[in-house]
Amino acid sequence: MSIRQISVFVENKKGSLVEITDTLAKENIDLRAMSIADTQDFGILRLIVSDTDKALSVLRSKNCIVTETAVVGVRLRNEPGALATVVKVLSEGDINVEYMYAFNGSTPHHAYLVLRVNDNDKVSELLLKEGIKCITQQQVSEI
Amino acid sequence: MAEKYWQKEIETASREEIKAIQDERLVKTVKHVFQNVEPYRKRMEEAGLTPDDIRGVEDLHKLPFTVKQDLRDYYPYGLFAVPTKDVVRLHASSGTTGKQIVVGYTRNDLDVWDDIAARQLCAVGADENDFVHVSYGYGLFTGGFGLHGGATKLGATAIPVSSGNTDRQVTILQDFGSTVLCCTPSYAMYIGETLKKKGVDPKSLSLKAGIFGAEPWTEEMRQQIQELLDIKAYDVYGLTEIMGPCVSYECSQQAGMHVNEDHFIIETINPDTGEVIPNGEVGELVFTCITKECCPFIRYRTRDIGVVNTEPCACGRTFVRMSKPMGRSDDMMIIRGVNVFPSQIETVLLKMGYSPNYKIYVDRVNNTDTLDVHVEMNEDMFSDTVSDIKKNEEKLEAELRSLLGISANVKLVAPNSIERSMGKAVRVEDKRKLLGGKK
Repeated sequence: MSIRQISVFVENKKGSLVEITDTLAKENIDLRAMSIADTQDFGILRLIVSDTDKALSVLRSKNCIVTETAVVGVRLRNEPGALATVVKVLSEGDINVEYMYAFNGSTPHHAYLVLRVNDNDKVSELLLKEGIKCITQQQVSEI
Repeated sequence: MAEKYWQKEIETASREEIKAIQDERLVKTVKHVFQNVEPYRKRMEEAGLTPDDIRGVEDLHKLPFTVKQDLRDYYPYGLFAVPTKDVVRLHASSGTTGKQIVVGYTRNDLDVWDDIAARQLCAVGADENDFVHVSYGYGLFTGGFGLHGGATKLGATAIPVSSGNTDRQVTILQDFGSTVLCCTPSYAMYIGETLKKKGVDPKSLSLKAGIFGAEPWTEEMRQQIQELLDIKAYDVYGLTEIMGPCVSYECSQQAGMHVNEDHFIIETINPDTGEVIPNGEVGELVFTCITKECCPFIRYRTRDIGVVNTEPCACGRTFVRMSKPMGRSDDMMIIRGVNVFPSQIETVLLKMGYSPNYKIYVDRVNNTDTLDVHVEMNEDMFSDTVSDIKKNEEKLEAELRSLLGISANVKLVAPNSIERSMGKAVRVEDKRKLLGGKK
């Protein structure tokens, strides 16, 4: 089970991020989650959005460099130890995590985790065995 | 397929015969300009030379150079060696920098030009059965008339399409059965892309070869054109000051351009000192016209950087070959003592799948030259992980290091962030010069 993530190339200079966020705002695209990976020269803006296809097409029309990646979205109870459980499952399952980031949902009961791993289905299964659910793309819009 | 020649006897003559022809013609030409061109006479006198001092090719280095500025200084007819009643054609070059230059041709000059263009056409396998589609511009520019004259002399069918109106180019390629296409390499690419867009299969055309020149292009572009048009793509070299296209021409081997040595003597010089350097070493190419009547320029400095190859060629021609110009001596950068041309960097970028939009920054930090190359990111090279992008950057840096012989730092920048130019692109910013350092 996986959800769609958009990555956008951001040059390290004034105004490049504004251009991207402005474009999305004008098109009424809601950001569900985001993170930035940065290096000395450039950054990668990773987004989970309400309307992935529309976001891809408007960003491309603005000459942004984008790519789409399937990632795992995990729903956690918003309580101490929830992340620890997930990390333990991944570690025991010998899963290598490329990167991850977390965000809160609209209700205080749940938090969400985005995982970039090699085998999304395997990770979903491993988590489910521990009673941890992954979300579908459809559920992204309900967060 | 057997190699075709237009003038086999001279094209495959022994080196001794070629040398004898050059000696005789050089002596005659030097007398001609001394007698008929005031500025040449003055310069020779200033150098303490009379025509008698030039007995053969080995004396050529004694003569002063001719440079483009001379053509501007004596514009329009000050360097013509014949009265204008004998001039039957003029061509001009706008020159992207500065005043235009003009050259004249006598009837014999045109005859020689037609011959060398016919040699080029034969060298790519053409004969009287071929349809030569000339998409170089016709006009003051030499491209159109040059190949046109060669095709006519060869007895092939010349199609003077001239440049532009790409839809019509495609229609003519289809309807007239063009077999040889002559144009600039960038226009060949454009025609190829237009075919693709229109859904025309290049295999459905009769086209088999292309003769491309008048602007710099790379081996990678040759591969792309060959695939897009399903032809063999050949390189041709020339410049208005010397004749126009076909001063040197590529043969079936696609391995350098044979210089028409019975009409032009090629030398390689150190662009800084003007000293002649041995064949096989990189330097500025210099040509001396030895059969022209109207504009027989002596030791004309082309500003093109290249190498002369004297190895025998499998095609049977004995004329030396020159490499594709690697750049202009004006463009050459010396970084950590190594000669670097923007075109080399472009070659690597195209090969690795990057766009040819790049900018080179040269600087000096702690007394060491630095070379930074900014390249526009594209979707093929992009990834959601930093490590993948770094890997791509490193691959590019490794490839640049292996071609240039020095290391370069690559920086991937946003698409369209490198400014596009309408004419000649400004590829290099050398900050060392801004600091008042030596050039």
